[in-house]
Amino acid sequence: MGNEATATATLHPGLMRTHGLSKHYIQRAPFSRTAFRIDALVNVNLEIASGCLTALVGESGSGKSTLASCLAMLEKPNRGEIWFEGKDLTSWSNRKLGSLRPRIQMVFQDSAGALNPRSSAEQIIEEPLEIQRRESGQRLHTRARELMGEVGLSPDLANRSPMELSGGQRQRLAIARAIALDPSLLILDESLSGLDLSTQAHILNLVLDLKENRALTAVLISHDLSLVGQVADFIAVMHQGRIVEYGSTAQVLGSPQHPQTSKLLASVRLLESAFRAASAGAGV
Amino acid sequence: MLYLQSGWGIFALVSTLDAIPCPCASALLQVCGLTVTYAPRGERPVPALRGINLDVAPGEIVGILGESGSGKSTLALSLLGLLPASAQVEGSVLLEDEDLTKTADSRWAAIRGAKIAMIFQEPGLSLSPVMRAGDQVGEVIRAHRPGARKQRDQEVEVALKDAGLTESGRIYKAYPHQLSGGELHRVAIAQALVCRPALVIADEPTRSLDVTLQAEIQNALRDMNRKQGSALIFITHNPALLTGFADRVLVMYAGRIVEAGPVAQVYRRPLHPYTRGLLQLVPERREGAGLASVLTGNRLPVIPGHLGDLDSSAQGCAFEPRCAARTARCQAEAPEEVAPEPGRRVSCFNYGK
Repeated sequence: MGNEATATATLHPGLMRTHGLSKHYIQRAPFSRTAFRIDALVNVNLEIASGCLTALVGESGSGKSTLASCLAMLEKPNRGEIWFEGKDLTSWSNRKLGSLRPRIQMVFQDSAGALNPRSSAEQIIEEPLEIQRRESGQRLHTRARELMGEVGLSPDLANRSPMELSGGQRQRLAIARAIALDPSLLILDESLSGLDLSTQAHILNLVLDLKENRALTAVLISHDLSLVGQVADFIAVMHQGRIVEYGSTAQVLGSPQHPQTSKLLASVRLLESAFRAASAGAGV
Repeated sequence: MLYLQSGWGIFALVSTLDAIPCPCASALLQVCGLTVTYAPRGERPVPALRGINLDVAPGEIVGILGESGSGKSTLALSLLGLLPASAQVEGSVLLEDEDLTKTADSRWAAIRGAKIAMIFQEPGLSLSPVMRAGDQVGEVIRAHRPGARKQRDQEVEVALKDAGLTESGRIYKAYPHQLSGGELHRVAIAQALVCRPALVIADEPTRSLDVTLQAEIQNALRDMNRKQGSALIFITHNPALLTGFADRVLVMYAGRIVEAGPVAQVYRRPLHPYTRGLLQLVPERREGAGLASVLTGNRLPVIPGHLGDLDSSAQGCAFEPRCAARTARCQAEAPEEVAPEPGRRVSCFNYGK
C-alpha cells in the first residue's frame, strides 16, 4: 500500500468515481492580513461501488464532510474529476447541475437545522416532489404518506412540525425527503452522531433496508469505526485530507495497513474490550 | 416506598428497607423523591422526572445511562436550579445539607461554579465567542474569590494545565473559534473545575467527539476527579463509556431510575430488561464481518419500539410496551423499587429473568 490508497472496488461497478480530487480553503486570521491555506482534500481517488454502502471514516477535521459536499457537488473542487454515471460533473454549470440534484441526495448531521421548522412533516416530503413536478394534487399527499411509512414514521405525525418530533423521528423525516425523488446515491453526513445508540441502530437498519429494497448506493460518513464496521461493505479511512486506506470492511478491520486505521481501531478496541470484560457472562 | 401486597408483600417490605435512601452522613448529594413536571400554560403537563432517589458520595463517579428523552438532562438541570419556570418541582435535593429546591435565586450565584459545576454537551456553544478562553476561566474565580489579577492568571494557567492543555499560554489568549473541538472541551473542564467544586455534572460532554478524543476527555475528567476529589455525575447514552470509569451506574427510563448499582455488577448481570437491551446495543466488532453478513440480511440489535410520549395518567410500568419479559401485572401496576442485593436497586416485577 502506498502513501495514498487508490480506492477501487473491483467486484462492483462504480456508480461514482473521483480522480485526483483536491480542495483547499483560504482562511484569514481575524483583524489581520495573514491568510492560511487549508488543504481539506488532497488528491482523493475514490470509487463508490454501485448498490453498496461505503463508509468514510476519520477523525474530526480529516476532510470527510468536504469530500461529501464535493461528491454532492454542493462545493466545487479546486482540482480533479468526479465521474457520475459516465459523466464528469466538475465541468458542469450550476444550471446543468440542477438536473442532477434529484439523483444525489444528502442527509445532514443536524436534522433540526436541515428541516424547515415552519413546515409540517408532510409538507417537507412533498416539497421536492412538487418542485420536480413528480406528483400533484391528491397523489402528492398519498405519496408523502407512503414515504413516511417506508421510513417507519406513523401517519399520525404528518401534521407535526420538525420541532415536535424526536431526534430519531426527525432524521427519519430527513431520509424520507431525501429518497422522495428516487436518488441513486444517498450521502449520510454524520447523520447518526448526536443520536443515542438505540436510535442509531434503528436508523442504520432503515438505511440497510433502503439499500436492499431500492438498490440504493449509500455513502455513510462517521467518526465511529465500530458503528460503520457493522454495516458497511467498504470502508475508506481519511486522514489530513487524504484517503489513507480503502478496502472491504473485512480487509480494513481485519488487517489494517495504515497507522491511522490502526489508531482508530485501537481506541475502539480499548473501549470494547473494557466493556466486554465488564459485561462478560451477561449474555450480551 | 413501603408497600404490602399478597404474595410479594413480605419480600418487598424487607427488601425496600434496604433501598430507602438513608440520610447517611457521608453523602455529598442526596436527592429524595425528586419529581419534575413540565407544565407549560395551556398544554398537557409532562412528567419528566418521577420520584428520583439518589445519593452521591464525595469523590465518587456516578454514571447516568439512558436513551434520549429518559430525563437525564432534566435531572442535571434540576440539580443546578436551571429548570425553566414552567417546571414544577417536588422532593428535595440536599447538597451538603442545603436544600437546593428551596434555594433563592440570589443564593444560587454563590453555589454554581463554587460548589456544583456543569460541563455542557457543546462547549462551543456554552463558551462566549467574544472573550478569550483564559478570561472565561478567570471569570469563574473572580465571581467567587475576588483577588489580584496576577494571582488569578496563575490559577487559570494551572487549571488549563490540569485539564490537559499543555500550551496554556496560547490557549489563554485564544478565542473559542481558534480552538479545536478537543481544546474547547478541555477549556470547559478547566472552567468547571477551577473553583474546586464538590460536585461536577457532565451532560454528555463527549457526544460529538470521535472515539480517540472521547477517551482523552474522559481521562482528563478522571484525573481531575482523583486530584481534586470532586464527585462527578457523568451522563451518557453509551454504556461502554462507563466501564473502567464510573463507580456506579444509574439507568433511567421515562423519568425513573429503573436500575442502579456498581458498574461492574450491573454490566455483568443486568437485572432490568431495559438495562439488558441497552447493553446489547454496544457495537460488537465482528472480525471478518462485512459484505457477506450484510447481504444475508443481518440487522443491528435494537430495543424494539421507542420511548413514547410521557403520560402522567398511565398506569403500569413505562417500559412494558417494549419489554420482552412483560406479564399482565406489568400493565396494571408500576413496579416499586426493590434491593435484591446490597448496593443494587431495580424496579421490575420480573427482574433478572
